[in-house]
Parts: sequence; structure tokens; C-alpha cells
Amino acid sequence: MSTGHSILKSPAIVAVVLGLALAGCASKPKIPTNAGGLGLNSSNINGAVAGSQQDFTVNVGDRVFFTTDSTSLTDVAQQTLAGQASWLLRYPNYPITVEGHADERGTREYNLALGARRAAATRDYLVSRGVPRSRIRTISFGKERPVAVCNDISCWSQNRRAVTLLTAPTG
Amino acid sequence: MSIKVNSQNLNSHMFLMIKLTTALMLAISMLMATYLSSHAKVVVDITKGNVEPLPIAVSSFSGELGPEISSIIEANLRGSGLFRPIDQAAFIQKIDDHNVIPRFEDWRVISAQALVSGTVVTEADGRLKAEFRLWDVFGSEQLLSAQYFTGSNNKRRLAHIISDAIYKELTGEGGYFDSRIVFIDESGSKLRRVKRLAIMDQDGANLRYLSNGDDLVLTPRFSPTRQEITYMSFGTGEPKVYLRQIETGQFDVVGKFPGMTFSPRFSPDGQKIIMSLNQDGRSNIYSLDLRSRTTTRLTNSSAIDTSPSYSPDGSRIVFESDRGGRQQLYVMNADGTNAQRISFGQGSYSTPVWSPRGDLIAFTKQTGGQFQIGVMKIDGKKKERILADGFHNEGPTWSPNGRVIMFFRETPGAKGGPKLYSVDLTGRNERLIKTPNFASDPAWSPLLN
Repeated sequence: MSTGHSILKSPAIVAVVLGLALAGCASKPKIPTNAGGLGLNSSNINGAVAGSQQDFTVNVGDRVFFTTDSTSLTDVAQQTLAGQASWLLRYPNYPITVEGHADERGTREYNLALGARRAAATRDYLVSRGVPRSRIRTISFGKERPVAVCNDISCWSQNRRAVTLLTAPTG
Repeated sequence: MSIKVNSQNLNSHMFLMIKLTTALMLAISMLMATYLSSHAKVVVDITKGNVEPLPIAVSSFSGELGPEISSIIEANLRGSGLFRPIDQAAFIQKIDDHNVIPRFEDWRVISAQALVSGTVVTEADGRLKAEFRLWDVFGSEQLLSAQYFTGSNNKRRLAHIISDAIYKELTGEGGYFDSRIVFIDESGSKLRRVKRLAIMDQDGANLRYLSNGDDLVLTPRFSPTRQEITYMSFGTGEPKVYLRQIETGQFDVVGKFPGMTFSPRFSPDGQKIIMSLNQDGRSNIYSLDLRSRTTTRLTNSSAIDTSPSYSPDGSRIVFESDRGGRQQLYVMNADGTNAQRISFGQGSYSTPVWSPRGDLIAFTKQTGGQFQIGVMKIDGKKKERILADGFHNEGPTWSPNGRVIMFFRETPGAKGGPKLYSVDLTGRNERLIKTPNFASDPAWSPLLN
């Protein structure tokens, strides 16, 4: 038996993912669909450079939400993802990671699988809109990384989400 | 009161045949010098739903470490819910020499049904020697005596082994005190919880951490045969099932799977790990043979199939699936054939775990916005017993003797978090297991001896 991880490590990816996840921690119990709502450098909302990370999260919206135990994309979610796809096709240098999440009102193993199913549904929609599948990595966090922690449905509904994260541009 | 004359001649030598099955065990040598048990007259009948705890007197053991050992024994017996240790202040006789027959009338006066006496001494070579005797107070006879040797750093195990011997003699079933719990220690903000693999004795003593919290880790499970655990870790990339040596800390990814693997558990012979693999949002169950490294796909659905758990004889597997809409429990043959649904109550069912006795499945049930822990017979229909109910109870694990279930209970809100609880199979004797931080995902080890 060897020690250590045999998993691919990419510091750039980790850095970007962490940055967004931490920003998510600062969110208030309302439903944010963009970085302004996430407390990301809100003074620059209107000044986001086109094609930048900020442009994507502020002006397109980096996340979609699901109903309980569901993986189907609502009309609103499809609109958001259509916007994401257009943006991603305009700026083709970003590989992306789609994170699937579940709320805390489920068991751990099921939620891991549910988050994976949400991430896959989100990826499949982006692919159907022309984003190359090879650009998209998916990961599930189950119920392990909530963005809202109050004890009612307003928080749980924010946690049932798929978040599209840009990773470091390749070119 | 569940005292009865048991005419059965217990084969009392059986349970002191110590199996040295693991590397850790080699650190301990236990020798039985005397063995005098014949007939057991005092018994706790645990087959009934409502057991009156047996009044038992645990006299303070002689020797420097004696009182500590006997107090651990007393705490174990009390914690089981099957015994009621009598306050030492009520004792009439002070036992200085456990080799002298006690004055049974003194113990009858305080209504003790059974009496434990003993001594712990340090040998010239530094080892500890413990001797104990178990007496039937009303039958005026000795039920059991035994002598054990161990290294000086194993005194708590000495107490647990003696507790198991007493438990077995008086209940007729194997004990569970000489066992450990692996679990997830949780600290920090709920928004970004730090999770660490942790291990402790079943009574919460000797806690130590197996990981440093850098990686998100979930659902550890003990190997039934080696000092190893399997668990899920996010590492720094795709979440995977890992195998880890408890003593050396060596770890590695289990198998080469094209996607997230999760929800691992060992087979009863310790030779396989069964788990879920997610591919494109579909989660199916696979087994991996640890020797040949061959993988076998056991389910093939577009649903979420997860939380697999083998029957004790390895012939069948219980798992959860939402193939019919909501999560329900299914049993299939170990080769994946003939999956049959076994849960039919109101609500959804998940995290099934097969009892070590083989007759029951423990589960988490969600109904009416509540999360319950329960057990059901394999045939399922209308024969379930809910053991714990409330906002959020999850993730049962069985004690080695199949008598006690441990699980975690989470409190709501930003400051809320999980703690470990144990409950008797009958739903009685619920107890908080004290941990320094929040704690979740408990898994009980087999008996260590």
C-alpha cells in the first residue's frame, strides 16, 4: 500500500474554488444568484471587466436552485444556464467546475448522490447549449457545504444548488 | 425482576478463549489461570422488551489501580441499562480479600443480586494482573472467576474485558465493552465545517485523531478483521473511498473508478469493500476484492443506489434506492441478483445496516419532517420499531453483540450540530456519548478480544 493521494492536484483550480466558497460563507439568508449577493467586492458590480470572473458571477449568475429531492431544472434555472452557456462560449478559455449541493434535510450518502445528480443535470444542460463537455468537471458536496444555515426553508432552498465555478483560464 | 433459575449448564470456558486477531491485540497478553464457573443462577433476561435492571454490587477492587478498574466496570454495567450498580455507601461488608467467600447475608440485606470483587496488582515485570470473582448473592455461590494479565497502558481494556465477562455470564449474550468507535469530529463554522477522523473507546475514553482536518472526510467504517478503516475523503480532487491503517496512518484510494466513490463498508470477512460509484449522476453499487483488486458491478439502475451493508454471513446485501421514487430499502443477493424491497412504512428509508445477529436492519427514516432511527425485520412488512425520533437522527451503527445502536442527532440552526447517542435495541436507555466537539457518522468496531 502506498501513502498519499493519487488524485490530480491543480493549485490554480483549488485557489479559485476556495475563493468562491469562502465568499459564499458571507451570504445572508436571502437567495443570491450573483456575486453581489455573495458579498463579492460589491463596489465593482457595475464595473466588472467583460469576460472576467466577476462579470460571470455578477452579470450572468453562477448558480441555479432546485426543489426538495429534485434534480430537474426550473425555468429560471434554464434561463440562468442559457446565459452561462452563451458567456462560456464567448469566453472559451475557462475550464469550469460544476458543484452540486443538497440541503441538510436528507441523509449523508443520499445527499452526496443527489448533489452529483444535480451537477450532472447542470452540466448536461450546458453541453446541450454548446459548451464542450471536456471543459466541464463536476463534483458533489452533498450537504457538507451549505451557504445558509438558518433553520427553515428559506435557507434550505438556498443550499439546494448547483454552482458553476470558473477555473484559471488556459490561454 | 428478571431473576430466574437457569438450569442450563453454561459452557463457561468458551468465552475466555481469547482470539488474538489483530496487531493491536498482540500488545496484550491475557491468561486465564482459574476458572471455577459451573451453574449460572442469576441471569438478566434480556429477551423481554422491558428489562428491570439487575441490582449488582461492584466492590472496590484492591490494589493501587483497583478502585479505578472497578469504577470503570461499574460505569460499563450501568451504561448498558441492564444493571443497576448499588451505591457503595450502602455496602455493609468491605471486601479486603476477594479470595475469601463473602458474607452473602450482608449483600442480601442491600438487595444485591450479584456481587463483583477483585484485585489489580503490578507484577515484577511491570505487567498488570487482575483477578475478579462474580458471585450469585442469593444462590450463595461463585459464578465466575478469572485472571488476566496486560501491559500497564491497557488498564481500561482490562476493565472492559472483565465487564464483558460479567455481562456474558449474567445475560447469556456476548458483551460489547471492549470495543471502539470511529467517528467524524466536527469543529468550526457550520458553513465550512472542519471534519476529522477520530477514534475512541466505546465509553468515550482514549479519544485520538486520525486525520488533521485538512481534507473533508465522511462515513468511516471499521474492518471486521484488521486495524483498518474505510471512509470517504474529498482529498484535493475528486471525492473517493479510501482505506487507512489505524496504527500507521498509511492510506490509499480504494480501486480505480471513473467517478466519485462513496458510502463504503467492509464485507464480514474483511476481504471486500462495497460502495457506491457515481457516474453522470447515476449511483450504483460495486464491490472491490481487496486481494485480487477486481471490481464487480452489483446494481445497474439510473437511480441512486447507496448505503450497502452485507448480512453477517455475506450472502446478501441491504441498500437504499430511490428507483421507485423515494428512498426505500432493498435486499439483494451478494451477486446483485433478486433485489426485493423490504420497507413499506410511511416515509422514506435510508442508511440500512444489517445487525451482527442477522435478524434485523437498522435504518434512518424520514417522515413528517422528522428523522427517526429504527429497526425492522428482514421481511419488512409492518414490523418496524422506532428507537429515536426528532428533528434529525441519522446513521445507526450496531454494537458487536447487536444489542445497542449508536447514531448521531443534529440540532438545528447556525449554532446547531451533531452529537452521538446510544440506545438499546428496545428503545430504552438512550444516552449521550460525550465528545469534545460535535460528532457524527459513528461506526462501532467488532469486539477487540
